[in-house]
Amino acid sequence: MDNTVLIICLCALATYLTRTGGHLILSRFGALHHRAEAALDAVPVAVLTALVAPAATTEGPAEAIAIILAGVLTLRFSLIISVSAGILSVVALRSLGF
Amino acid sequence: MSITRNDGGTPDFADEPNRTFRSDVSDGIRDALPILFAVAPFAAVFGAIALENGLTFGELLLTSMSIYAGASQFVMLDLLGQGVPAWSIVLTVFAVNFRHVLYSAAVGRHLSKFTTLQKALAFFVLVDPQYAAAERRAGRDGLRPAYYFSFAAAIYVVWITSNCIGAAFGSLIEDPAAFGLDVILPVYFAGLVAGFHTRRGFGVILVVSAAASTLAFHTIGSPWHITIGGLCGLAAAALLSRPKGEASHG
Repeated sequence: MDNTVLIICLCALATYLTRTGGHLILSRFGALHHRAEAALDAVPVAVLTALVAPAATTEGPAEAIAIILAGVLTLRFSLIISVSAGILSVVALRSLGF
Repeated sequence: MSITRNDGGTPDFADEPNRTFRSDVSDGIRDALPILFAVAPFAAVFGAIALENGLTFGELLLTSMSIYAGASQFVMLDLLGQGVPAWSIVLTVFAVNFRHVLYSAAVGRHLSKFTTLQKALAFFVLVDPQYAAAERRAGRDGLRPAYYFSFAAAIYVVWITSNCIGAAFGSLIEDPAAFGLDVILPVYFAGLVAGFHTRRGFGVILVVSAAASTLAFHTIGSPWHITIGGLCGLAAAALLSRPKGEASHG
């Protein structure tokens, strides 16, 4: 088999391992300790925040404003409105030279 | 549940599962729509760059269909071009995707309505927006396979199709930044994060994760800021936690 194809297949396997691994390890435990349960409930907020934080703090004011705006608007409006407003604000701010 | 009679003269409450299925499918596709605007140009760029970096069209398809993890595919492409040893390419892809271990553990708890085969497939398509949408859905209407897989199918199909378009018309792609397309994903994730504001410890977890991630980004470097920032947020949540039944504040 071609070397590149082999590497691609191994990368696919490694990726699938990360996507099944967490569940397979966790499902070996019965009832979870309340701290483990709290940590898992925090995954979306913690990981998505970690994903976004550098973009909000290093990309410039237009990106930071858009990210904060989208977050704040989601508290009142649907996701499609807050995301659209965030994108429009980036386009507007960039055209103003931010 | 409605027990009014339909034209056939029989009670129509047997339609209820059907209606749930249909609304799950349409909700899944509707919720995927904003993501598609970010996925399509990202995938097209990957298709174009993959061919420029010496992958054949078949290898490009194999990569996108089997790995199906955007950021790590760009990393793999970059390392392939540098002639790095195979094991270190695989290890780097594993590191870039390591955050999925957390997604897997967290979303696995919401898959009680899935068969084993559906679970195996569900983990295969567990990309960032898929995880976020699944967690959001589980907290509202409950997570059923029809919703999960219609959302996944919409993104997967657009991902592969846009790869092909990018491969065919690579040099024609204009700068996606001009339309703000490069910020759709961070903005979308910010919106999703805010949607979880009623969860216990939200403010503390947000601040801890953001601070740890930013610090790690500037010291250790990408992609470790995601895993480190995430784990610090989880540690904060675990520390704040009180046993069930005890009075809790916040």
